[in-house]
Amino acid sequence: MEENRIRIINVSKNFGKVHALKNVSLNVKTGEVVMIIGTSGSGKSTLLRCINRLENVTNGDIWIDNDMVTGNKADIRKIREEAGMVFQSFYLFPHLTALQNITLAPRVVKKISESEANEIGKKLLKRVGLSDKESAFPDQLSGGQQQRVAIARALTMNPKVMLFDEPTSALDPEMTKEVVDVMQDLAKEGMTMVVVSHEMGFAKAASNRVVFMDKGEIIEIGTPKEMFDNPKEERTKTFLNHIL
Amino acid sequence: MASINQKNKIEMTDGVLIPDRSEKSIFSAWRISFFGAIFLLIALPIFAPKPYFDIVKFIPDGIITTFEVTVLAISLSLVLGVMVGLGRISRITIINRLTTIYVEVIRGIPLLVQLFYIYYAMGKIINVPPIASAVIAMTVCYGAYIGEIFRAGIQAIPKGQMEAALSLGLTRGQAMWKIILPQTIKVVLPPIGNEFISMLKDSSLVSILAVSDLLRRGREFASQTFYYFETFTIIALVYLILTLFFSRIVGVMEERIHNRGRK
Repeated sequence: MEENRIRIINVSKNFGKVHALKNVSLNVKTGEVVMIIGTSGSGKSTLLRCINRLENVTNGDIWIDNDMVTGNKADIRKIREEAGMVFQSFYLFPHLTALQNITLAPRVVKKISESEANEIGKKLLKRVGLSDKESAFPDQLSGGQQQRVAIARALTMNPKVMLFDEPTSALDPEMTKEVVDVMQDLAKEGMTMVVVSHEMGFAKAASNRVVFMDKGEIIEIGTPKEMFDNPKEERTKTFLNHIL
Repeated sequence: MASINQKNKIEMTDGVLIPDRSEKSIFSAWRISFFGAIFLLIALPIFAPKPYFDIVKFIPDGIITTFEVTVLAISLSLVLGVMVGLGRISRITIINRLTTIYVEVIRGIPLLVQLFYIYYAMGKIINVPPIASAVIAMTVCYGAYIGEIFRAGIQAIPKGQMEAALSLGLTRGQAMWKIILPQTIKVVLPPIGNEFISMLKDSSLVSILAVSDLLRRGREFASQTFYYFETFTIIALVYLILTLFFSRIVGVMEERIHNRGRK
């Protein structure tokens, strides 16, 4: 039981007549880093958003440890505290400083005091290398800095799982590295991570398994080495030829 | 950031033009109108004190009443407007439907008719002082318009802001109060300022309910002295100065909010 932190069992998701996910099953072990790759519209982001229930599944079950994510009885807020999420477009709160962005959730959700929250927030900012930016507003930060604040913000509730939805796709190439470095540190510390991204450097350096999705289905799963050097499925080969 | 703000701006122009700070000319349209009106308001009583000075002495009570009505009504309609705006985007069907009906009905009836309606309809049941029914009618009316401004303002905030807040474990309500509404203020301030100015002008309608506002004081003076032209010239100048003054205030406030916390 304990070994699989996330269990995705026969999940389907329809948007009207569009079948975004078709009978997808995937387990993610505690401390494992899983990359999901695939063309846009392949359902990879939808799958990620189902894990913290920003989308409701049409069929199937998802569990984080012993907490059910899907179904009416799920404690959605608890799930969202357990699964931190990082978005492609950062979505920092523009009216709050970097530090306030991080301390908001513990203060509002966990009702901890401002000074205690600030202490946590400053530690997290230090962890992503932005101690000097605590009173900067998001529009005073570069894209890479914004995304690092967003990662710190997602860590503030002590999640068991971190979900990354194309975290570097909106960044200039020279800023990608600083975000990838933070993600690699997280992986080293044993965080369970599901990352939707085509960042090959990260995949090779930090991921345990790579999942290739196409048209709402998982086509192939393997170690980064297997997937990139020796993919078995024709569709995987075609896709990798396109992006490499 | 500039481009994002451009996109978020919603324009509604039933109040008065909000002066653009980038218009640096000494002879900007706003300055010509504002100082021209002030000059006339001072010069007329000095050079022709016979009717004008008496008029100027007679109307200050009316200005105060006009302010009372406007400030009370705008404050109440802001509260109502936030609730209506939230109701209009509510996912609870009955709340959504009720607020939408309210907006449709109110926006379809002229304010003057609503004033009569509330004054006389309520008068059948309880004896409400004219000034109270004036404030209630204006609140009910403007609540619908301001509700629409808040709805548009809330919907102008990127959907990801709500998702980011939810993914941190906030409830929808917490996310609305802590994340969405504070950002909405920035977007809705110019149109709300416009509504305030628009209301300042529309408050002249309450003179019909025996509320001694600026316009009614003017009518009282004119009907006693028969200086109709002179009286309404002054009344018009006072309204003009007030609305132009507040349009500048709104412009400055907009700039302040935009630059808050920035150097």
